Amino acid sequence: MSAVASSSAPRRHSSGASATNLRRPNDKYEAVIGLEVHIQLLTKSKAYSSDSTEYGAVPNTNVSVISLGHPGVLPKINTKMVEYGVRLGIACNCVIREENEYARKNYFYADMPKGYQISQHKTPICEGGYIEIKDKAGNSKNIELTRIHMEEDSGKSIHDQDPFNSLIDLNRAGVPLLEMVTEPIIETSEEAYQFLTEVRKLVRYLEICDGNMEEGSMRCDANISIREKGASEMGEKVEVKNMNSIRNVQRALEYEITRQIKALDSNEKIDQETRTFDAATGKTIVMRTKEMANDYRYFPEPDLPIVIVDEEYVKSIRESMPALPNELYKKYTSELGLSDYDATVITDSKAIALYFEELIGKTSKVKAAVNWIMGPVKSYLNENAKEISEFKVTTEVLAALIELIENGTISHSVATQKIFPLLIEGSDKSPMEIATENNWIKESDVGSINEFVKQAIAKYPDKVAEYKGGKVGLIGLFMGEVMKLSKGKADPKIASELVKKSLEESK
Amino acid sequence: MSIDKATVEHIAKLAKLEFDDQSKEEIMKDLDRMLEFVDKLNELDTDNIEPLTHMTEEHNVLRADEVKTEISQAEALKNAPQKDSDYFIVPKVLKREDAD
Repeated sequence: MSAVASSSAPRRHSSGASATNLRRPNDKYEAVIGLEVHIQLLTKSKAYSSDSTEYGAVPNTNVSVISLGHPGVLPKINTKMVEYGVRLGIACNCVIREENEYARKNYFYADMPKGYQISQHKTPICEGGYIEIKDKAGNSKNIELTRIHMEEDSGKSIHDQDPFNSLIDLNRAGVPLLEMVTEPIIETSEEAYQFLTEVRKLVRYLEICDGNMEEGSMRCDANISIREKGASEMGEKVEVKNMNSIRNVQRALEYEITRQIKALDSNEKIDQETRTFDAATGKTIVMRTKEMANDYRYFPEPDLPIVIVDEEYVKSIRESMPALPNELYKKYTSELGLSDYDATVITDSKAIALYFEELIGKTSKVKAAVNWIMGPVKSYLNENAKEISEFKVTTEVLAALIELIENGTISHSVATQKIFPLLIEGSDKSPMEIATENNWIKESDVGSINEFVKQAIAKYPDKVAEYKGGKVGLIGLFMGEVMKLSKGKADPKIASELVKKSLEESK
Repeated sequence: MSIDKATVEHIAKLAKLEFDDQSKEEIMKDLDRMLEFVDKLNELDTDNIEPLTHMTEEHNVLRADEVKTEISQAEALKNAPQKDSDYFIVPKVLKREDAD
């Protein structure tokens, strides 16, 4: 592996340049991309046995005779795996299968001790459906799905601890997965990026997977081929694996598209093979060729009885589904009049979206609520690297603060600069209490503001003369003085009118 | 249908097993006998009959998502021919053709 990294390092520059070329439209060729996404489910126990799925445990402690593949044991299906499959299927508008059969996918590998993986073959729980993506210009496209099926994860092999042996940890063996397969209709690396971003958002909203590609709880393999534009036949298909972030999927696809076009242009044959992505060099490397391709000899799993997912069950899951990001996005843009940008940012994280939902349930000032979330709230979270779950200001309190500004009790600057910081620190007082105690209530009583105006004008008789002589910009000076005298509480609108009036009337 | 040597070699490879020529000959004969028996079943008319995949009519035999720890790490590793205190140890299986 180190040999590969060093030999290709000097060429990094040139491969970067060709990746840029590729973003320009290529008139001659088009890419055909299909993705397979493995979604590790957030269940407590494994797919077919009761051992824990906890991440990071001491090796080979989260195991059972079933996940270890001992003979004569009987697996039993985790009800949550089926439920999560149905949830994802509903969210992606799939057809949910009624009669679900499991199948054995046979292959020998040390981290799959049974000698087969229990998967679904001819009867995936979900078929069809789509996920909508948007490009940067806001154009939408539906990425159609072929299927989503239930299966189990393998254990982990560690190859770099010992020169002659591999170490096997079976804690992950049997952890439930959903595998989502798209139709081959993705055309660019950008679309693949958008698709995976949507899938990650969706599984997080559904609370079925943490969507963390870096830690491997969401994984993606890509099938890619290149053909001449408009050709009806597909080119030779290459599968790319081991891309541990959404960005790396995009990089791997960019590299592959360039590599395959270059090969076709110089009349080289593309081999049907599996390649692995090396994030350090940005290149893909051959893992296995077709000659070594597996023969999985699927057959129905006799140890697991059929699972019937009837209409009533699907209906009950549908009714318990949380709001989905695209539904919220549509509601915000069409019903509440939010901009595309604001709606995208707010729905990007489920926790923020839920906070916003709660907030607009408590105040009718939607525009102000958006501005608070997009402004002070987001910047506080970003600056302090905090999640909204750690945010101490409840939606009740923020709604009360918004009301105080909107009804003219306090100024916007007092709210954002003085009261909000106290609330963030966890003050148990209401915004109104804080404002009253600190004497921050906006002064809107004309009589008392007029006193400040009189004082301000009396202080600068020469400036009054200059103002009358035509230097109208000096009004700012008087306003500043009024605000200073009132300690920032004078209602700026009323104060400005009174200053103008007094200046005109003064001699 | 009869089994040829290439088929035996293919199945052996998938099962990660190695046989000498004499064993392969015997295996060919064994497999042929098994297939003859299955061929006998082919005499029955099975049109319009769904394949029987399960011996019972039972369905939805599910378990709640609850964790139970039934065996210890020491018990898990106990029967492995090669192990250390934490891991199963197997001959190195990673092979990669470095290309490009």
